[in-house]
Amino acid sequence: MMSPALRETVSTALTLLLFSVIGAGLLSGAYTLTRPTIAHSEQVEKLALVAQTLPPGSFDNDLIGDALALPANAQLGLKRPGFAYVARKQQVANAVVLEAIAPDGYAGEIRLLIGIQADGRISGVRVTGHTETPGLGDYIEIGRNPWINQFNAKSLANPPDAAWKVRKDGGAFDYLAGATVTPRAIIKAVNRALHYFENNKARLLAPVKINRAEEK
Amino acid sequence: MSNSDAALTPGQVETTPAGKGLMSQETRDIIVNGLWTQNPGIVQLLGLCPLLAISNNVVNALSLGLATTLVMAVASGSVALVRNFIPHEIRIPAFVLIIAALVTIVELAMHAWVPALYIVLGVFLPLITTNCIVLARVEAFASKRSTAHSILDASMMGLGLTAVLVVLGGMREAIGKGTLFSGIDLMLGPVAKDWVIPLAHDYSGFLLAVLPPGAFIGLGLLIALRNRMQMRDGGRGG
Repeated sequence: MMSPALRETVSTALTLLLFSVIGAGLLSGAYTLTRPTIAHSEQVEKLALVAQTLPPGSFDNDLIGDALALPANAQLGLKRPGFAYVARKQQVANAVVLEAIAPDGYAGEIRLLIGIQADGRISGVRVTGHTETPGLGDYIEIGRNPWINQFNAKSLANPPDAAWKVRKDGGAFDYLAGATVTPRAIIKAVNRALHYFENNKARLLAPVKINRAEEK
Repeated sequence: MSNSDAALTPGQVETTPAGKGLMSQETRDIIVNGLWTQNPGIVQLLGLCPLLAISNNVVNALSLGLATTLVMAVASGSVALVRNFIPHEIRIPAFVLIIAALVTIVELAMHAWVPALYIVLGVFLPLITTNCIVLARVEAFASKRSTAHSILDASMMGLGLTAVLVVLGGMREAIGKGTLFSGIDLMLGPVAKDWVIPLAHDYSGFLLAVLPPGAFIGLGLLIALRNRMQMRDGGRGG
């Protein structure tokens, strides 16, 4: 037999347990209901971002689905594995978008997406995450300033390695007054990514393996 | 603050349905309390963390305000429904559980259907759980009153908070960025892209208004303004 005090304790605990179970049930229901939509919208968003760094109409494949895994790599600044998104048109790889990180921004890492065409020219660079000073170093965002567009059509030959610097340091790239550490970091990171591309071109642009989509 | 006592012990409020027109006196009291006399933003000063952090433009303020209102209304409604089954000793954990579950559901729903807004509001969405105004209304009102009145009270408190957020957001955005409704397309989709109202051309911005100090200064001005109006009203209320 339970004493009244014990019975009350148990019943209180059971009530709270009941609430927890109902709460957990509601949450798992909501999660199941929203998961496909969330996964879909995350894909769309990522795709839109990656596609910005590629010439319009340059691919007809599923960029996200066909992405290659990139192992952690110092040249790209990746401390953890990332992705390379290969753009293919009629199954011919014509460009690749590399995830890269400039580790030496003014206030930490600057995350980049760098689109490089098969001929080694850059098709576009975008900043996907940074913690640079608002109002000073944030002109690297395309929404604030077209600065990042000056990388378009640049390659390892144009300009040569020695000129991959801001003008102040004798290089070929513009910067905006107020922040030079930020553009320096990005210019170096883009240059390193181009070298990485040259060294790994064969693997990145390898002909597509036959998969389900293409058997149809 | 004689009036706050009345609002926090609502059992003593006059409940005779002697009101004029459609609404009873009690219903009208609840509405006026939430929107003005006991406004959570500028009178009770509850839930200031999100208020100060997210009120840097109208759209953010409105979105977080409405999300909070929704959570408050559903939380107060649910608590009022089950209030007789919750043992007094565990009411706070039970309330927090209900609120946390609701907030997570709202968060998931926003992530699914308005992802851009979800990213902008960021951590302040889950932080609605810890917004003390939600628990305050549940504990002070919904745990003692009828479901309908609880929902009304929570909605009015939420809307009162939202109104303050929007006014503060409007002030900060207009002064800080020289626009109104920037980012409204995050809320309503790309259709609304052109709805942003630029107030001045070539406005270089005033960073202080957008940064957290701007929120404190703005809130201070709003409270002062409200107190002044209250004084001219003959000292009723706060």
